[in-house]
Amino acid sequence: MSTTTAAPPTPSPTRQPLWQRLLGFNLLTAVLLGVGGYYLGWFIGHQINGGKSFEYQSASDENDVALLLAYVFGVIGFLIGLGFANYPLSRLLGRPASLREKEHEGIGRYFGLCTDHKVVGIQYLVGIGVFFFIGGLNAMLIRTELLHPTPTVVGPNQYLSLVGMHGTMMMGMMTSGIMGPFANYFVPIMIGARRMALPRIEALTFWLLMAAGFILTSTIIFGGFPTGWTGYEPLNDQAVMGMDSYIIFFALVGISMALLGLNMMVTIITMRAPGLSWGRLPIFVWSVFATSILMVLAAPMLIATLSMAALDRTISTSFFIPGGGGSSYLFQNLFWFFGHPEVYVLALPGFGIVLELLPVFTRKPLWGYKLAVSGMLGVTLLSFFVWQHHLFVSGINADLRPFYMLSTEIISIPTGFIFLCFIGTMWRARTTFTVPMLFCMAWAFNFLLGGISGVFLSDTPSDTDTHGSFFVMAHFHYTIMGGLIFTFFAAIYYWIPKMTGLRFNERLAKAHFWLMFVAFNSTFLPLFVLGMKGMPRRVSEYAPNLQGLNVWVSISAFVLGFSMLIFLFNTVYSLIFVRRPAESNPWRSKSIEWQIPTPVPVNNFEQIPVFDSDPYDYGTPPSIGGVEPAPAGG
Amino acid sequence: MAAEPHTTGAGAAGPNHARRFGAIWVIASLIATPLVIVLVGPILPPGNGSEQASGHVTDNTVLLAMATPVLLLVVIYLIYATIYFRQPRGAALEGPPIRGDSRVQTTWIVITSVLVLALAAYGTVRLEEDGAGSGAGANPLVVPSGPKLPVQVIAQQWTFTYRYPTYGGVETPHLELPVNQMIELHVTSLDVIHSFWAYQLGVKADANPHVDNVVFVKPTRLQTFEVRCAELCGIWHGEMFDHGHVVSASAFNIWIHQQEAAFAPATKVLPPYSKTYLPEPTRRGE
Repeated sequence: MSTTTAAPPTPSPTRQPLWQRLLGFNLLTAVLLGVGGYYLGWFIGHQINGGKSFEYQSASDENDVALLLAYVFGVIGFLIGLGFANYPLSRLLGRPASLREKEHEGIGRYFGLCTDHKVVGIQYLVGIGVFFFIGGLNAMLIRTELLHPTPTVVGPNQYLSLVGMHGTMMMGMMTSGIMGPFANYFVPIMIGARRMALPRIEALTFWLLMAAGFILTSTIIFGGFPTGWTGYEPLNDQAVMGMDSYIIFFALVGISMALLGLNMMVTIITMRAPGLSWGRLPIFVWSVFATSILMVLAAPMLIATLSMAALDRTISTSFFIPGGGGSSYLFQNLFWFFGHPEVYVLALPGFGIVLELLPVFTRKPLWGYKLAVSGMLGVTLLSFFVWQHHLFVSGINADLRPFYMLSTEIISIPTGFIFLCFIGTMWRARTTFTVPMLFCMAWAFNFLLGGISGVFLSDTPSDTDTHGSFFVMAHFHYTIMGGLIFTFFAAIYYWIPKMTGLRFNERLAKAHFWLMFVAFNSTFLPLFVLGMKGMPRRVSEYAPNLQGLNVWVSISAFVLGFSMLIFLFNTVYSLIFVRRPAESNPWRSKSIEWQIPTPVPVNNFEQIPVFDSDPYDYGTPPSIGGVEPAPAGG
Repeated sequence: MAAEPHTTGAGAAGPNHARRFGAIWVIASLIATPLVIVLVGPILPPGNGSEQASGHVTDNTVLLAMATPVLLLVVIYLIYATIYFRQPRGAALEGPPIRGDSRVQTTWIVITSVLVLALAAYGTVRLEEDGAGSGAGANPLVVPSGPKLPVQVIAQQWTFTYRYPTYGGVETPHLELPVNQMIELHVTSLDVIHSFWAYQLGVKADANPHVDNVVFVKPTRLQTFEVRCAELCGIWHGEMFDHGHVVSASAFNIWIHQQEAAFAPATKVLPPYSKTYLPEPTRRGE
């Protein structure tokens, strides 16, 4: 058995004085250069378009060229400030480049370009957590408006901006909900590697996403955007400058997704430890691998589509403008060719989390490992063949509807594999109903309802009633919130003791779960009924006879929002104030990440481990687990 | 999978869970499915306003009936597993090391595949029977036989108007349709994407600029129906709402001739009837 004996580099103990550190490549510099870049782009844009002098934006000052350039230059400045240009520049100039960034600094490593995958994981968790919270607040405002059937609290324009921001924020930022924090943190450990294959790219995906989230939030200043997260043309072309925030946001998210996926694929293919064959790979790593394929293949389509939309808006091309020879169908086609794989990008990591956690809490091996893998890969493949089911009533390729109906319904077969593995693993188990386990069981219920309602939508005749209604909205909240967000919390409760060495307050965690589960269903089940009764999506005016149900939904949504506050309180209370240390392996897991010290050393492993089985060696006879510790001393 | 060791059925101790759970599920499904068909089926949307709408009620009932046992399987299993497959309090027992069961897996794959293919076949047959009220593009594959009344639906921000090409191309602000007559709706848009949704008639067809989207519907009773826009089209999307009427053939005749007379001056200056209208590209700031 081979063991690698690369010694970890010695940390540099000398610390620079504070002013030197503030002047270096860090978040402060990044923000300054970002703002500088923004105004440079704004100035150039005004020179190009209309020759106006540099001035502050106002509602009447519509200059898409200036805003798009401002965003692009701002992001470039931000990244340079963080230090992303240092490595390529050093290489170009033939100077020795730093291979590691900030890995041995203290708290400062969380506020800049750090090549330690564990730091990036924590950065992701906090960073997207902030934007998840903003997206959630948008939802609260939407539900406040819908308490009354006519516009009351916010006007229709602001309402659409809220809907658009909520949808885009959640679809864009939460794409990395599990892939960002947990895949970055645990995939290298689970495959016995010391780092990601492309650590600098890994940091780049995070900081791109943060810049993107900031840009999307800034749409408020520029009038918001009226299109929802789909950004359909020609409404897109008609919209005010806030639409440019959407375009740049989603393009940056696309770049981040493609790079994140590429990095994961390369890491999983090339950096597995000795003995970790594909058949022994933890199922979570398989789900990350499948998701990565989707990200790499689908996200570039989004970037290309949005580039075309940006050109239509700025230099009057007509990709999507029928009067100029373009087609509104083209945007829908291209968008959903990205958009449908995208929803499986959200769902697949959830499958991985559920199947990864189940064996730990049922004390049984994963039932049907190969079935689960083929289910994930089957979903991955099929998800590229279903996109026109979003366009059943649009009249596009109408004769192909039976094909898309078939492909969409076929995708429930591999999804069913995951459910069978869930059922099989729980069969005659010794289940402990911990908080992560409860979230996994809630996943089964939620995703089942999401899947069943999906059958109604995939059936073209039935879709005629439900398309574009609240039924669709309920459906994808069951699959995405019920599928992704519930498993996101399962992962948080499961892995935070490893990531921080601290434990959550169990009572508050259980309260969070039960309130969230009940309020979630109380919010979204009635939406199926509302949709069936004919309430369209994305309206702030609706039929007065639907007010009763809408009030019920709004109140439930507020309770759902409150359950998030419990989580937030628990996080602050347990992880910042009480700080009770967690046991080293509180769940008695046999997975490798629980066998190494907490906090995880910078290099993860003193010696590269050697695997001789998968990590699901539960059940009789008892054994130490799938990992054979390497002989000490190497 | 077949090569992996497996244990099935009852273990050395304890009840035969497979048989017991199976029995509970089968009985629950046998009770619940007919109840769903009888009690929920009739109240499913969109009612019996047209042949297409009645068809949707049947489709939705079939789907719900097929979904009921699936839903029960997982829900009953979750409850069953919570009760019987739990770790005793304070214990740290390991479960049986079962890694799979090729027989169960094969059965599952076969059953789900058959179900799914049956669903797709059923959906296809229902779709191709009468178009199912779903927008079928410019050249629908299935065209109902017999006489049809063509009506054009023109969507724009934020209203629908209707043209009757067989009545001099008159354009009216409201939709009236004769009962028991096959209607051939041509849906198009003048600006952004809209979607024409006549809820009680079970009709939905997107309105794309420069696209003729045809949908057939045969109203079967006198009624007032709701017309909504079902595709986000800008700030007054929610206000793009109107009522249409299905009236008797004679009442329709009287109404349409009134409209022809009332709108005659407008009809003269309208562009001639066309499948689509290609407006100049409207760009901001121009």
